Amino acid sequence: MTWKEDNWLLRVRNLTKIYGDPSANTLALTGPAFNTNQCPDTDSIVACADISFDLYPGEVLGIVGESGSGKSTVVKMLYFDLEKTGGSAWLKPYHDGSINILEESNQRKRYIRNNLMGMVYQNPRDGLNFGFSSGGNIAEKLIMAGNMHVGNIRGRAYDLLEKTEVPVQRMDDRPGTFSGGMQQRVQISKAIANNPPLLFLDEVTTGLDVSVQARVLDLIRELQNMLGIAMIVVSHDLSVIRMLTDRTIVMKNGRIVESGLTDQILQDPQHAYSQLLVSSLL
Amino acid sequence: MNILEVNDLSKVFNLHILNEKKIEALKQINFAMKEGEIIGLTGKSGSGKSSLMKCIYRTYLASSGEIIYASRSGAIDMANADDHQVIDLRKSEITYCSQFLSVIPRVSAVDVVCENLFRIEKDKEQARETAKNMLEMLGLPTELWDAFPVTFSGGEQQRINVARAIIARPRFLLIDEPTASLDAKTKDVVIDLISDLKKNGTSVLCISHDEYTLDRLVDRRLHLHLGEINDAAVLEAN
Repeated sequence: MTWKEDNWLLRVRNLTKIYGDPSANTLALTGPAFNTNQCPDTDSIVACADISFDLYPGEVLGIVGESGSGKSTVVKMLYFDLEKTGGSAWLKPYHDGSINILEESNQRKRYIRNNLMGMVYQNPRDGLNFGFSSGGNIAEKLIMAGNMHVGNIRGRAYDLLEKTEVPVQRMDDRPGTFSGGMQQRVQISKAIANNPPLLFLDEVTTGLDVSVQARVLDLIRELQNMLGIAMIVVSHDLSVIRMLTDRTIVMKNGRIVESGLTDQILQDPQHAYSQLLVSSLL
Repeated sequence: MNILEVNDLSKVFNLHILNEKKIEALKQINFAMKEGEIIGLTGKSGSGKSSLMKCIYRTYLASSGEIIYASRSGAIDMANADDHQVIDLRKSEITYCSQFLSVIPRVSAVDVVCENLFRIEKDKEQARETAKNMLEMLGLPTELWDAFPVTFSGGEQQRINVARAIIARPRFLLIDEPTASLDAKTKDVVIDLISDLKKNGTSVLCISHDEYTLDRLVDRRLHLHLGEINDAAVLEAN
């Protein structure tokens, strides 16, 4: 179990997303030092720039920052929801990490997404098809991952809903008839249906009642303990980060200002912005 | 063999949001610790005991100096090692037990105690049995075993905290005031449990204000004063 540097699961280098046409100075004139994402020359917006990190198998990495810091943009590019402007990402289980997945064809990206990744969005409508039943949503993911046996699919959907504490007798109901917390549980079941080594969680408890939030967090922690999936948890909420993650990246104005062990970020933050963030923790 | 060598360790907190205020917590700390040794870390509150411990565990980043830990797979500088390497050591060799239990919400007392044990003991029920035995030794009432520790008293939380830190028999234990807020009988149990770890090769750095605990438990003392190791006091106490 000894750590080895080249055992990484996901390696990300210089990931960048810019909206509009940047000038040669855009990157030099934006970021935390200027307290803006917007280029003063061209009005282009630097959603994020120069994002680099390594994620190891079973690791839970937090990305924290205020809205507009670019934290969701990072995971959306890695999940291929957004096109990158620049940068690279390699995933170990895909060709032994030798191919930049961000440069792959759309067909290959769909394969990677369906077989090696899962995503849970803040809004269940982004992750679930509200026209299908909850069981149907899980079946959709399993079929896309190449699992064609109908009996197996139903059994697997049943197990997943049970594991995520969704009443299994409601497996044929549409998610629109479920409460917010339950929709989120169905979304989590769907995201892990294909047993991915990597799961993205984008503000998954934001907007839920505190007690519902707590149960969703418990579920995520339990699944992590049970399945050992590596996770990237995006949240503006330091208590969520504290509860779930081993390591944390702090972002501001599209850049990483600091990264470290989560307890170090919380107790000995180095950057002025991280210090402000931690001192604002209730 | 030395399990730990701290060389010229300094820690300065640079508070950007308080007009760049600087707080010097540790100044040029030097000491070495033998494998299997129990060192008592003493000094008034504010002298830097907890800061030193947190630097070793990497909760605090050292400002300068090195903290060489002799891990099973070679020497590692805890002040500069990769985060992932530190995470790995925390899971496999080094345990830190703070003064207060930082409870994991909605997890039962027994499972809080078992957290580190679950990593090595795959049979969860077996792990829970071990935890229950330890809680029984520490005198935690059985009706609390399945309850959530967030509502427990200081002394009850302290027992869970200690049990949780020692149950998986770490190779290196950093423990902050293990016997504060415990009655005399439980104090003896805790001292015996930690001494028992030492017999099995665990090295322990222990912060304590309690003369009784220090007398019974530690091999030698390190005295901190205003962020510096005070050799005179060490000699005197030894």
